[in-house]
Amino acid sequence: MSDLEAFRAQTREWLEANCPPEMRKPVRDEDDVYWGGRNATFKNDAQKAWFETCRDKGYTVPEWPKEYGGAGLSPAEGKILRQEMSRIGARPPLSSFGIWMLGPALLHFGTEGQKKRFLNEVARGEIRWCQGYSEPGSGSDLVSMQTFGEDKGDHWVVNGQKIWTSYADEADWIFCLVRTDKQNKYQGITFMLFDMAGEGVSTKPIKLISGNSPFCETFFDDVRVPKSYGEDCPGYVGEINRGWDVAKYLLGHEREMISGAGGGDRTAAIGAAMKRNAGELDPVLRAELAQFDVDALAYTAMGEKFLDELKVGKAHPAQPNMMKYAGTELNKRRHELMMAAGGSRALEWESEDTGGGKPSRNWLRTKANSIEGGTSEVMLNVISKRILDLPGA
Amino acid sequence: MPLYYDDDQTMLAETAQAFMAEEGAIAKQLRHWRDRDCKDGFGHALWKQFAEMGFTGMLVGEDDGGLGMGHVEAGIVLENIGRNLTPSPFLASSVLAVTALKHGSDDLRGRWLPGLIEGESIYTVAIDEGAKHRPDTIKTKAEKSGNGFKLTGQKDFVLHGASSDMMVVAARTSGSDDDADGITLFAVPKDAANMSHDAVRLVDSSMATHTKFDGVELDGDAVIGEVDGGREVLNAMLMAGRVGAAAEGVGVASGAMDMTVEYLKQRKQFGKLIGEFQALQHRAAHLYSEVEIARAVTIKAAQLLDGGSEKADLMASVAKAKVAKAAGLAVKEGVQMHGGIGMTDEYDIGLYMKRDRALQEFLGDQYYHAGRVAEMSGY
Repeated sequence: MSDLEAFRAQTREWLEANCPPEMRKPVRDEDDVYWGGRNATFKNDAQKAWFETCRDKGYTVPEWPKEYGGAGLSPAEGKILRQEMSRIGARPPLSSFGIWMLGPALLHFGTEGQKKRFLNEVARGEIRWCQGYSEPGSGSDLVSMQTFGEDKGDHWVVNGQKIWTSYADEADWIFCLVRTDKQNKYQGITFMLFDMAGEGVSTKPIKLISGNSPFCETFFDDVRVPKSYGEDCPGYVGEINRGWDVAKYLLGHEREMISGAGGGDRTAAIGAAMKRNAGELDPVLRAELAQFDVDALAYTAMGEKFLDELKVGKAHPAQPNMMKYAGTELNKRRHELMMAAGGSRALEWESEDTGGGKPSRNWLRTKANSIEGGTSEVMLNVISKRILDLPGA
Repeated sequence: MPLYYDDDQTMLAETAQAFMAEEGAIAKQLRHWRDRDCKDGFGHALWKQFAEMGFTGMLVGEDDGGLGMGHVEAGIVLENIGRNLTPSPFLASSVLAVTALKHGSDDLRGRWLPGLIEGESIYTVAIDEGAKHRPDTIKTKAEKSGNGFKLTGQKDFVLHGASSDMMVVAARTSGSDDDADGITLFAVPKDAANMSHDAVRLVDSSMATHTKFDGVELDGDAVIGEVDGGREVLNAMLMAGRVGAAAEGVGVASGAMDMTVEYLKQRKQFGKLIGEFQALQHRAAHLYSEVEIARAVTIKAAQLLDGGSEKADLMASVAKAKVAKAAGLAVKEGVQMHGGIGMTDEYDIGLYMKRDRALQEFLGDQYYHAGRVAEMSGY
């Protein structure tokens, strides 16, 4: 047996012994996701047990080095773990922007001190991070952002406003783009890290068409951000005024995350489930579902290929933009079809039978997929420019 | 197994790409033979070169004198065939017929494989009956006759049937038209009596036949695999052929797309390169995304097929359907974005559109395969 086959066998056995049956059911909504953080609460014992077991084995971030809280798995081992988890439908033990976004940025740009502190906190689910990027006047044109940090020697004083900050009201810390040089558009932004509990930070949830509030407005009113949190642990990532490099790198990871490239529910085929729920399908709807399933299953293969190539540096650096475009457009289509198959029952907004209007609220939520993290139109611009090398793009 | 080419496959891809771009180029093969009204629809000299490159017998086992490669490798060759619109009997002979022959006796393999590997012989398969691909229904009959069989019926869309030294024919030896069981595959030699071909040129300049069997006498040793047990072999052939056709389609799609993107960078209107217009940029970027996805699922299907996975059949249909969508988009956008010259015979983009049309139809179009995905998924 090769090492990888042995690893697969061990993994299968370990999952069988450690993943509680309740954690092998599909994630229905936010309540089934554990985000960690100072104020986190577990929805049930199974969620707690699964998280703690994985945390202790480094499986919240299996491919991060052990000294930063991971399990130090190779890309091939990481893929096997994902495959085996997906085989039994195991939920992710911990979800967080720290894992998906800040982590990769710190692994790439961070100092040793930052990695030791922040990555371990993320891996252990102790600190929940949010991302401060968009501003009211800076959406697709993100680099025009105005939130300003005034240099006060050993710290900055930050004033301004962010918007669409996911879960800012529940986050402990923020990684935030702050302008530190007003004369220099691209090389005048610093990627700062600070505590949301600090003086002058306030948040206000934004109610969306889904009736839910996953996003906030975030206000900074004379917020003091230290330049250092101790030895070898600066309060910013990369260099001062070079935060745009970090931001761009991280946007790749954000787009990868939103794309659903990792598989799971976001890309699965749905036709069979729709038929179980609806009974007979109208022939034309059945045909649409079949066309969707072709695209969804093909996209799942694309996700696998993309992640495999990413791990070994074979992926085009702009490929996350393509993945985000294709994945989010697919997810919107998926929910349109689920609404169609669901009929009038799917319209119910508050009923217990629909879990408080999940079909319609989730459908509406997906409309943000092709806006957040860069709109589909911006993705197509980036593909045109960086992959197809079209003129003037 | 990671979903990208390993080192050997990357090397093969480089070799196949260089070879096909040079020897299989549109001017040298497709146009050359088309403009001479070639009755084969392809060049025999190129087929010999395929043999020298090791392509003809790449799927044949090493014990039988082949290279023992898999469908990922065959897909690499096919993608480059598609990209250059290279006319050749590769898909029918080296993928479909070889897949059938692998299930044949030592005698059958010994009789047919060496000629193929040498590039001396070409084979094809006769599956369809009627204008649409409906392999679940087989009416062509093979009745017991002495020590052998007597074949009666008609097959359609037989690729280069009139030029083939042997064709693998799926016929019914028992049961009724729609039964899964009762199918037998036969290796029917070119010189069989009472077989006639109505050869037709197709839209892409390739040749196909309506082939009639009017009491064709076959020896018992023409049977590939088991009598009445041919469905399994037929399914294996169909899977291999569909994945192969998908790979060729990926080549057609990327060839058409690359040509079109290049054109956007050269053609000027309103004092600008037309590639500067966002309306065209977004369509080109969307096309890129579709073609990338089609390529990914095709490699995935080939890997599953090579690994003997039970998911291979489903993913072969997903790949065939997805490639049809992506390649269809590539050629339609290609002609539209080329504008007037895209409609001319002189320009190659229209040749991509024609090849795509024929390839879409071969072994089931996107509607057939999307329907199959639904059925296999349980709805």
